[in-house]
Amino acid sequence: MSDATLSGSKTPTARSLVSALQLDTRLLGMIGAFVVLCIAFNIFTDGRFLTPRNIFNLTIQTVSVAIMATGMVFIIVTRHIDLSVGSLLATVAAVMAVMQTQVLPTTLGLGLGNPSIWIIALVVGLVVGAVIGAFQGWMVGYLGIPAFIVTLGGLLVWRNAAWFITDGQTIGPLDETFAMMGGAGGTLGETWSWIIGLVAVAASIWLLLSARRRRAAHGFPVKPVWAEVTMAVIISAAILGFVAVLNAADIPTQRLQRMFAAQGQTMPEGLVMGYGIPISVLLLIIVAIAMTIVARRTRFGRYVFATGGNPDAAELSGINTRLLTVKVFALMGGLCALSAAVASARLGFSTNDIGTLDELRVIAAAVIGGTALSGGIGTIYGAILGALIMQSLQSGMAMVGVDAPLQSIVVGIVLVLAVLVDILYRKRTGD
Amino acid sequence: MAAPLVKKPGHGGTPLVEMEDICISFGGVHAVDHAYVDLYPGEVVGLLGHNGAGKSTLIKILSGAYRPDSGEIRIDGKPATINSPRDARSYNIETIYQTLALADNLDAASNLFLGRELVTPFGFVNDDQMEAETRKIMSKLNPNFKKFKVPVKALSGGQRQSVAIARAVYFNARILIMDEPTAALGVHETQMVGELIQELKRQGLGIFLISHDIEDVFELCDRLTVMKNGRVVGTARTEDVTKDEVLGMIILGKCPPGAKPGPGAMAEDAEAA
Repeated sequence: MSDATLSGSKTPTARSLVSALQLDTRLLGMIGAFVVLCIAFNIFTDGRFLTPRNIFNLTIQTVSVAIMATGMVFIIVTRHIDLSVGSLLATVAAVMAVMQTQVLPTTLGLGLGNPSIWIIALVVGLVVGAVIGAFQGWMVGYLGIPAFIVTLGGLLVWRNAAWFITDGQTIGPLDETFAMMGGAGGTLGETWSWIIGLVAVAASIWLLLSARRRRAAHGFPVKPVWAEVTMAVIISAAILGFVAVLNAADIPTQRLQRMFAAQGQTMPEGLVMGYGIPISVLLLIIVAIAMTIVARRTRFGRYVFATGGNPDAAELSGINTRLLTVKVFALMGGLCALSAAVASARLGFSTNDIGTLDELRVIAAAVIGGTALSGGIGTIYGAILGALIMQSLQSGMAMVGVDAPLQSIVVGIVLVLAVLVDILYRKRTGD
Repeated sequence: MAAPLVKKPGHGGTPLVEMEDICISFGGVHAVDHAYVDLYPGEVVGLLGHNGAGKSTLIKILSGAYRPDSGEIRIDGKPATINSPRDARSYNIETIYQTLALADNLDAASNLFLGRELVTPFGFVNDDQMEAETRKIMSKLNPNFKKFKVPVKALSGGQRQSVAIARAVYFNARILIMDEPTAALGVHETQMVGELIQELKRQGLGIFLISHDIEDVFELCDRLTVMKNGRVVGTARTEDVTKDEVLGMIILGKCPPGAKPGPGAMAEDAEAA
């Protein structure tokens, strides 16, 4: 307590400001790079990049890769790799598409448009994803086949298993409720978005307060009050700002007309409605919170990081590292299934090439987000930010009009540079 | 054993640990070959031998890291089944490994409670409670220890050692295995470990001390067992043998008169010839 009050009374310089707020300097660096990137694109696109409409699109485009990237963090932290996520996504998307267009409505006789179809299809997909993931994890953990090989095989197997399930056809249109997971087709609207935003603000402040109370109760040093207040203000502003931007993304008039027409009404003249938070983005936020809790607050998460830091020590501490491998891959499979739902819902169809090259995007997102391939280090929020940076880079370049081959070249270079910067940073801080 | 020895605390009753006729092979190499060791409460037994003599392997069988091919382990005179580190812990056997076996990326509290986390009623790990407990035990073991929130990678050798020791001591160990506990330490820290061993002995723990350092062993141990090529050369009370005799046991496998010979002792007539 005493040293905390001491540092609070000093005039805050930039360095002590960061340390008093106990901010992650790596996170700050990444956010800084992201902001610079966005501003640069905004200048080159004459202000088209940072419009609410484009930010809305960016968040929707990021979701599928970002959800898988959170699982990839655990995989890479335990010193493994999963090259099969894009193909697994395709297989699960095919399974879910066939379920909701053929098996459930026709074979089981539920009829098209039955309200239970979306949830049954989703649950079946999640189970299939988790089982396939667990199977790959079993081969890695119990049979001792390197994850690189198992999932390289998986990359070929599941991509083409998807082909067999669908006979190479595009399956659709998907169930209407299911398709709401895709993005623009399913948003919360302005009112609910504000409610969710306010609840999130209240929850964050409550978390900050209760963490402080707990530490004080144990007599541990706590941050100075002004630092806590600053954090609370920054977090609240970020949440509400995000909601405001998504609410400012107006639904195109034609789409509004269709929505009203679908309910048998005519659209009032001059009506403007914002999208609000897309359901897919809400899904990503829920996944991010859940995965962060798993990483930090559960034994499973603790063991994931311990095993990545020192597999022998984990084993000697009585941790069943083989079973842990199975669980980590099963979780990855489940998240692939969720991404498959979002990706196919966004298209409205399940196509053969869905998720192609996603394995590389997902791994790049995790690595740009600070996950170390040597294991033991990585954060969920880092991976999501990594996915967002990748997506911004790609769509930003497309908006500027960079040639497609050059886009990929730039993304490749950025990936390598990001890791180099990370290595240099770790060397300097001795992390 | 020959004439009844001077009565020592704990001696004469059932041994805390007996490992009898233990064998283990790795790819045809007899790493441990019909070995016998025992340990009484309040006693420190040194295990000596060259690299590859089998002492670490023998002790890893007790700590559950390896499963023996044959042989019996008895705890308090009762046969014990130890198939995993978890089993060993259930018998209150704690091990401080030479490598310390710390997860470098986690902080002191997470390492101390690794595999035995304190949890809240909802099943989440209780980091604050664990940090509080860590601060409590560290204030006894190493009052200078202040870095509770950083990964143990950022700690000095001595600080890391105190984390490893705290982990072994915190959970009320009855049998403590220390594998080269002072190998990476400075003079002052080595002394601290020595004092700690004396203190734990007074509390009635049995300690196996694996060491290369004969000086350490003579200073800290009540008895010593020497191994060579996977076999026990002999076991002796520290005061019954000289350092030179122990060196002879380690290097030549020659068992002196003050020690009870094991299967690894050089044959008598071979010595005479």
